[in-house]
Amino acid sequence: MGTGETLREFTTLRFTTSGSVDDGKSTLIGRLLLDSKVLLEDQLAAVARTTARNGADGLDLSLFTDGLTAEREQGITIDVAWRYFATPRRRFIIADTPGHEQYTRNMVTGASTASLSIVLADAARGLATQTRRHAAIASLLAIPHVILAVNKMDLAGWSRERFDAIAGEFAGIARSLGLARVTAIPLSALEGDMVVSRGENLSWYAGPTLLEALEAASPVDPVTALRFPVQLVSRSRFGEKADRRAYLGRVESGTIAVGDTVVVRPSGVEAKVAEIVTLEGTLEAAGAGRSLSVVLDRQVDVARGDILTHRHDAPAVARRFTARLAWLDRDALVTGRRYWLKQGTKSVRATVDDVLHRLDLASLTPDASAQALEFNDLGLARLTVASPLAVDPYRANRHTGSFVLIDDATHRTVAGGMVEEVARD
Amino acid sequence: MSAVLAPAAGIGAAGDVLPHLDWLESEAIHILREVVAETTNPALLFSGGKDSIVMLRLAEKAFRPDRFPFPLVHIDTEHNFPEVVAFRDARAAELGERLVVRSVGESIRLGRVRLRSADESRNPHQTVTLLDTIREFGFDALFGGARRDEEKARAKERILSHRDETGQWDPRNQRPELWSLFNARLHKGEHLRVFPISNWTELDIWQYIAREELAVPRIYFAHEREVVERGGLLAPVTPLTPAHEGETVVTRRVRFRTVGDITCTCPVASDADTVEKIVAETAAATVTERGATRMDDQTSDASMELRKREGYF
Ligand SMILES: Nc1nc2c(ncn2[C@@H]2O[C@H](COP(=O)(O)OP(=O)(O)O)[C@@H](O)[C@H]2O)c(=O)[nH]1
Repeated sequence: MGTGETLREFTTLRFTTSGSVDDGKSTLIGRLLLDSKVLLEDQLAAVARTTARNGADGLDLSLFTDGLTAEREQGITIDVAWRYFATPRRRFIIADTPGHEQYTRNMVTGASTASLSIVLADAARGLATQTRRHAAIASLLAIPHVILAVNKMDLAGWSRERFDAIAGEFAGIARSLGLARVTAIPLSALEGDMVVSRGENLSWYAGPTLLEALEAASPVDPVTALRFPVQLVSRSRFGEKADRRAYLGRVESGTIAVGDTVVVRPSGVEAKVAEIVTLEGTLEAAGAGRSLSVVLDRQVDVARGDILTHRHDAPAVARRFTARLAWLDRDALVTGRRYWLKQGTKSVRATVDDVLHRLDLASLTPDASAQALEFNDLGLARLTVASPLAVDPYRANRHTGSFVLIDDATHRTVAGGMVEEVARD
Repeated sequence: MSAVLAPAAGIGAAGDVLPHLDWLESEAIHILREVVAETTNPALLFSGGKDSIVMLRLAEKAFRPDRFPFPLVHIDTEHNFPEVVAFRDARAAELGERLVVRSVGESIRLGRVRLRSADESRNPHQTVTLLDTIREFGFDALFGGARRDEEKARAKERILSHRDETGQWDPRNQRPELWSLFNARLHKGEHLRVFPISNWTELDIWQYIAREELAVPRIYFAHEREVVERGGLLAPVTPLTPAHEGETVVTRRVRFRTVGDITCTCPVASDADTVEKIVAETAAATVTERGATRMDDQTSDASMELRKREGYF
């Protein structure tokens, strides 16, 4: 690993891992970390001690990602655990999520910020029902790149035919789900082949190792439409020609530049960007991901929750839309009840008017007879919000197309939502 | 099926585009602003340590030229290194921000905290003083500089961590965090701990300190210090922490990787006397930050988690 100068220009890849229980996910992450040489002496020593206490030899690689006491006692992972590592080429954030049926919630959470998903399969057992579900969640959350890691190749005699059969079956699923980019990799987390080093047993395979695939995963085509949700308004600054207020926020997509004519959504008023301000000074333009302050050339009415955009690709403003919902709470959805809906920096009252279908997670087919959504269900619903919202379909913009529902009594986050179709008012 | 889950067009994730320090910085600023917008009485925990120094810089980036929309708070064990306490006060004054200090010693004198022995670490007892301070001021959100890479129990922590009326953390009852949509809604008496630098590593912290040219307390740099070797660590010899019977005091060139309570924080052998050298050394480190420096976390794998459940940072 290099020093400050070289690492500074690194980009980060956020990825998620999922697999059914015992597919070897914990072992795979342990192997990835061990062979990338990012595990430190005391971590290695702690795992060696626990391995010995469990009566085994060497290092049980699955122990590196192991976390909270209750889980350790049950011997299972029950939540999203975040892991950080860097190679000389890239920096990674892993959202490690469990594969149990009842934990769709955690998978959706981990997937929401990922740009790549590793889906595990067991070479000896083939694709499980849950493998399909993991692929479906990657598709639902619009994760642009999926890696199918066909693990335990050692138990399948390192067989090329076996790998080809599994990869072929998965390609069919991926097509039906509309997953654009899929890379299938044969590997053995236990032996290490094709994780970081190529090993000796899979010489028939010419593709990238898992780490190579992660290092090479390219950023997807950025969304060009400007979306700048206003977080806060600062009233104490700036010159006389401009609006004396500054609008604090983060550019969620697209680019903002001095001189641009921007439209405030939902109100529709227009102004020109007079200044883009950061602590270091002013900028001429700024792209997606940057937190900054914007000063406009005239006094307009802008508040937290508004979005600055360009006229030619402004989002729709609507009170009604359909959305995919991932239900995350033990209390089931009650149609007609009011929830808080948070989208971008805006919170509004919302009701779910009706459930259009619930996805049967075993067959991945929609069940139109469903009336409600329960814990860990995925479905499609129609919503109405109390005041107009500037929204995009989730497929067009992951930021302005996503929202959460919050229960106004318990204050729990009860659903994640992805806007499907916006009804023009 | 494809009608049910249609393909995604052009989804850009911010993390893919910006250089990683810029991305981490912007994410932290975004979190600070969101929580300020959605809570009524936040505060920022500032100890004078490196993580909270970075937090102050991020607060400047988020809110200047305005004043910070929150006071700085330090829960002082009275077992802190004098250089760090002096740094804390100087930095708060330089920024012109209000600093509230509440001490564990006061809690002991008031009988709110009972020590089993006088030289027991005061670190775990900060919890009582912290919760008392939260009640005293009615804080509903506390920004802290904890990072997920510090410790296993932290790896599953949310960015907004919800605490009930007794200040307790229930790892099974945390709110899912999707995208960057944070749920800051609270009932009376509840509060949030907010960790804007959750996604930073120790190396990121030092690279950022280098890039932003931030001042840090002198004891982070290599210096000569009297220590004893104890349990594989170098324990500092101070009036509070004298050498035990039979131990040999030696002078070593060391620096601190963390600057917590004197009674449980150990320096590491090092020649790194500039930020650049610390960055290089951190990139090449072979032992984790806590493993190399903390006596109190070694007792059990799960000790941190227990303290967190009880309301610790
Ligand atoms: N033979 C073989 N066993 C493996 C491999 N990867 C994992 N395992 C074993 O499969 C079991 C489950 O692994 P673990 O990583 O705990 O699975 P998880 O439940 O998906 O996290 C353990 O006994 C592992 O040692 C592999 O590549 N080959």
